[in-house]
Amino acid sequence: MSGTPAIEISQLGKQVTTGSTALTILDGVSFSVTAGEAVAVVGASGSGKSTLLALMAGLDTPTSGKVAIAGQDLFALNEDGRAALRGRSMGFVFQSFQLLASMTALENVLVPLELAGVQGGREKATALLQRVGLSERLHHYPKQLSGGEQQRVAIARAFVTSPSILLADEPTGNLDAATGAQVIELMFELNRERNTTLVLVTHDEKLSARCTRVIRLAGGRLQA
Amino acid sequence: MKLIQEIRMALRLLARDFRSGELTLIAVAVMIAVAGVTTVGFFTDRVNLALNPQANQLLGADLVISNDRELPAAISDEAKRRQLNVTQMLRFPSMAQRGDKNVLADIKVVAKGYPLRGEVRIADKLYAEDRRAQGIPEPGFVWVDERILSQLSVTVGEKIVIGNRDLQIAAVMTQEPDAAVGFINAGPRVLLNADDLAATGLVQTGSRIRYRLQIAGVAEAVDEFREWLEGRLEPGQRIEGIRDARPEIRSALERAEKFLNIAALVSVLLAATAIALAARRFLQRHLDACAMMRCLGASQGQLMRLYFVHFTVLGLVASLIGCAIGAAAQQALAYWLGSLVAVDLPRASLQPLMQGLVTGMALLLSFALPPIIALGRVPTMRVLRRDLGAPGSRGAAGYALGYAVIAGMIFWKADDLRLGTFVVVGFSGAMLVAGLAAWALLKAIAGLRNAGVSWRFGVNNLRRRPLATVVQVIALGLGLMALLTLTLIRNDLLGAWQASLPPDAPNRFLVNIQDDQVAPLNRFFAQRKTAEPVMHPMIRGRLVQINGRGVTAADYADERAKRQIEREFNLSWAAKLPRDNRITAGEAWPETGAQPGQFSMEDGIAARLGVRLHDRLTFDIAGTPITATVTSLRKVDWDSFNVNFFLIAPPGLLEGQPVSYVTSFHLPPRNAEMLGALIQQFPNLLVIDVAQVMAQVQRMMTQVSKAIQFVFLFTLLAGLVVFYAAMASTQDERIQQAAVMRTLGASRAQLTRAHLAEFAVIGMLAGLIAAAGASGLGYVLAVKVLNLSYNWSPLAWLAGVGLGGAGIALAGYFGTRRVMATPPMRVLRELA
Repeated sequence: MSGTPAIEISQLGKQVTTGSTALTILDGVSFSVTAGEAVAVVGASGSGKSTLLALMAGLDTPTSGKVAIAGQDLFALNEDGRAALRGRSMGFVFQSFQLLASMTALENVLVPLELAGVQGGREKATALLQRVGLSERLHHYPKQLSGGEQQRVAIARAFVTSPSILLADEPTGNLDAATGAQVIELMFELNRERNTTLVLVTHDEKLSARCTRVIRLAGGRLQA
Repeated sequence: MKLIQEIRMALRLLARDFRSGELTLIAVAVMIAVAGVTTVGFFTDRVNLALNPQANQLLGADLVISNDRELPAAISDEAKRRQLNVTQMLRFPSMAQRGDKNVLADIKVVAKGYPLRGEVRIADKLYAEDRRAQGIPEPGFVWVDERILSQLSVTVGEKIVIGNRDLQIAAVMTQEPDAAVGFINAGPRVLLNADDLAATGLVQTGSRIRYRLQIAGVAEAVDEFREWLEGRLEPGQRIEGIRDARPEIRSALERAEKFLNIAALVSVLLAATAIALAARRFLQRHLDACAMMRCLGASQGQLMRLYFVHFTVLGLVASLIGCAIGAAAQQALAYWLGSLVAVDLPRASLQPLMQGLVTGMALLLSFALPPIIALGRVPTMRVLRRDLGAPGSRGAAGYALGYAVIAGMIFWKADDLRLGTFVVVGFSGAMLVAGLAAWALLKAIAGLRNAGVSWRFGVNNLRRRPLATVVQVIALGLGLMALLTLTLIRNDLLGAWQASLPPDAPNRFLVNIQDDQVAPLNRFFAQRKTAEPVMHPMIRGRLVQINGRGVTAADYADERAKRQIEREFNLSWAAKLPRDNRITAGEAWPETGAQPGQFSMEDGIAARLGVRLHDRLTFDIAGTPITATVTSLRKVDWDSFNVNFFLIAPPGLLEGQPVSYVTSFHLPPRNAEMLGALIQQFPNLLVIDVAQVMAQVQRMMTQVSKAIQFVFLFTLLAGLVVFYAAMASTQDERIQQAAVMRTLGASRAQLTRAHLAEFAVIGMLAGLIAAAGASGLGYVLAVKVLNLSYNWSPLAWLAGVGLGGAGIALAGYFGTRRVMATPPMRVLRELA
C-alpha cells in the first residue's frame, strides 16, 4: 500500500478546439503525490491549474495521459464509475463554495453520505458541523450564511466521507484575508487529524507556503 | 438615421437571442395563444359569413311570413298589388313509404314560382351531375334528396307513398334553398307539387304544418311592404327578412362561439403566464449585457427602445405564425361543426387575422413590458458588483396591466357583462383555490423528506420555489382538467344518460292520431298482443294573454321564448299528472272532481316565459279563447322519452276543441313488419324513431365535444409551455446542482431519480387538481344540467394522478437531459 502513490499523473495533456484553433491547456504533465502529502499547485492565470485539478478528480476527460488514484486508472472507468470513486475517496472545496441552495447546512453535509448509501450519517454530519464551529447554523440555508460560514460548510461536506484525498480550488479566493486565514487553519487542522492527502490550487503565497510541496505550472507545462 | 440604426441593432439582437434559444418559449407561447384564438375566430367568421350574405338564398326569398295556420289571402293580395312576386310553401313532417320500408320525411309543398331566390339543383340519378331545376315537380311527381333514396332503397323512376297518394320520383335534389333549418337538420326531404297535397289527405287536425308565404322583389318595395305588414301582424305570424334569418341557429351559434372563445382564452391566460416566466428569465440573462451597454454610453431610453422593437418584431412574427396555424386548424372545427350548420362554409375573411395579431401583441407587450422597463433601468454599477440585481419589476403589480388586458379580452369575447364577470371571477377564484390546494399539498409532502437523497433533492427543489411550483401545478392542472372532462367525464355522463333509460322504454312515438283512429289503433295493438298504449289527447293553441295582458314575441329577449310565443303550444288534459313529473310549486289536482279551470305548467318554460304560480293564461285554440289559472309547476324528465306536455289541464277544460292524439310504445327489435302494417293502415300517422333521435343527439354531442376538445388541446399545450418556461427559469440552478452532485459522487441514475421525483410530484399534484376540477364539473353538469345522479369516477382520479405523474415526469426528464450531459467541471467553471 505504501508503495502505491495516492495520485499518479503521467503525460497528462488537454487540448480544446475553439473554431479552427486548437488550444493546449496541459501538455505532458507527470508527477505523483504520496499519501498524507500536502501539495500546492501554483501558476499564473491560464496556466492550467484548475484543469489539472479537474482531471485529477475525473470531472473532465484528458486528451492524452493517465491519472491513477491509489493505483486505479481513473479514465478506465466510465462517468458513473468515476463519480462513485469521487464519492468514496475524494473531498472538494471550491472557490465559490458550490453549496446546494435548496438544502440546509446539515443537508448539504449529508449529501455525500446519502449518495453513498451510508446509514445514520446525521450524527456524523452534525458532529462535523460542530467541529467547524457551525453548531448554531445546522438548519440555515446557504443564502442565510456568510461567505466564511459557507466555506466552512463546504469543508465539513468535503471531510464527511473521510476521503483519502482532498482537492481544493482557490479555497480562499472569495474570502477576505482574516476569514481566509481562519478557513485555511481549519482545513489544515482537519487534514492533519485525518491524515488526508491534500492537493490545492492557489494564488495565495501564504497558503502554498504551508504545503509540503509546491508544483508550478506555466503554459500548461510543469516547471522545475 | 439614428432610429434606423437602432432598429437594425434591435433586429440583430433579436436574431442573436433567437439563435441562442432564449426566445423560443416566448414565441411558442404567443403562437399557441394566437392559434387558439384564431382557430375559433376563423371558424366563427366563416359561419357568420355563411349566414349573412346568403341569407336570402337560405330563406328562398327576400321576406317570408310564416304561421302554424293558413295565412290570410289579404297578405298575398297586398304583396301582388305592390308588384312583388309571391309564392306559398307548406312544410310538415310525414312518413314516406315504399313496401315495408318507411322514413320520417320533411315534406315541402311548393307552388309555381318557387324558389323566388336561390336555386334548386337536381340530377337524373344518384351522384350524377346536377343542374339547375326549371320550375317545380309536375303533379304526380316528387323530387327527393339522397337520403330518401338510400333509406327507402328506391331509385329515380320508382314510386313512393306519401299519405294516401302514390308519387313517382322524378329527380334527386342536390341543393335547395331554405335547407338549413336548425342544428339538428330536419329529416330527408321531399319536394311535392301543391296540386297533390289534397290527395295525400295529410292536412288534418293536429298536423304540424308550417305555412310560409315567400315574397321577393325590388328592395324598396320589399321594405315598404314589410313596413305595411308589421303593423298588421296577428299573433303567431312571423316575418323573417334577410337580416333576421335563422335567429335560432344564430343564437345557438352565438352561444357555441362564446364558449369556444372562452375556452380559447384559457389558453391565452396560460400562455400569458408562460410569457411572464420566460420574460423574467430573459431579463435575468440580459442584465449583464445591458449594464455593459449602459457603461458604454447607451441611455435608458435607448435600451428601452431597443428592446421594445425587439419584442414587437418577435410578437408580430410569432402572431403571424399562430394565425397561420389557426387558419389550418379551423378546418378541423369546420369538419366537426360545419355539418351541424348544414350550409357550405365560405372562406374566412381577414378579420380573425387582425384579432390574432391584436391578441398576440397585447399578450406579449403587456407581459414582457415590465421586464423591458426593468432592463432599461439596470444600474451601471452591476458591471462591478454582480449582486446588484434587477431594479424591482414591482412584482405582481407589474403584471396588473397584463391581467387587465386578458380580463378585457374575456369581456370582449363573452360580449355579456354577466358572463364575463362570471368567467373572470370564477376563473380567478378557481385559480386561487387550486393554488392554495397545491400549496397545502406541497407542504404535506415536504414531511416525507426523509425518504432518500434523490427524493429529498427533488422535493426540496419544489419546496424552495413554492410560487413557481404552484404556477406549474395550476397550469398543468388546467390543461389536464380540460382533457379529463372531455374524455372520461363525458363518457361517464353519456353512459349514465343511456343507463337511465330502462331497456323497455318507449322507442317509438306515434303522432297525429285522429279522434276516429283511436279505437282502430287500439284494436291494431290488441291483435298483435301488444299492450294498448295510453293515448294522450293533444290540442294546439297559442298563448295570447298572461293575466289578461296580451303577449307577443317582442316582449321577450330570449330567442327560444320568442319562438315559443310565435308557435302553438301542445296542450293536453289528464285526470292525473304523469307519474314521472314532479310538482315543484303549487298542488296537483285531485283525481276526481277537479275544478276544470286549471293548468299545470312545466317549470322550465314557465321560467322562460315569466309565468308564475296563480298566473292566468289565455290560449287561442282554433279561434276560441280559453283561460285558466296555473295551479302547479312541474319538473319533467324529458330524457325519459315518455309523452310529456308543457301544459296539462284537468278534464273538462279543453274537451270539444279540435283534438289529435299522441302515444308512445316499445317496438321490440325484429318487428319491422308491425311498423309497416301500422303505416299502411294509418298513412297519416307520424312514427318517430326515438333510437334514431337519440343517435342523432349523441352524434351531435360527440361532434360538439370533439370541437371543444380540440380547442382545449391548445389549453393543454399552453399548460405544457408554462411547465417548460418554469423549468427553463430554473435551468441554470439545476445545472449547477447537478454538477455539484456529480462532483460529490452522484451517479447518473441518482440524479435522474431526483429529477423524476420532482416532476412526478408536480404531475401528480396537477393530476389531483385536474381530477377534482373535472369531477366537480361533471357533478354540476350531471346533477344541475342533465338531472342525472352522478357517480364519482375513480378512473378520473387514477388517470389524472397516474397520467399526470408519469407524463410530466417524462416531459421533465426530456427537458432536463441537457443538465446531465455537460461535464461537471465545465459547469462549475462557468458558474464560478
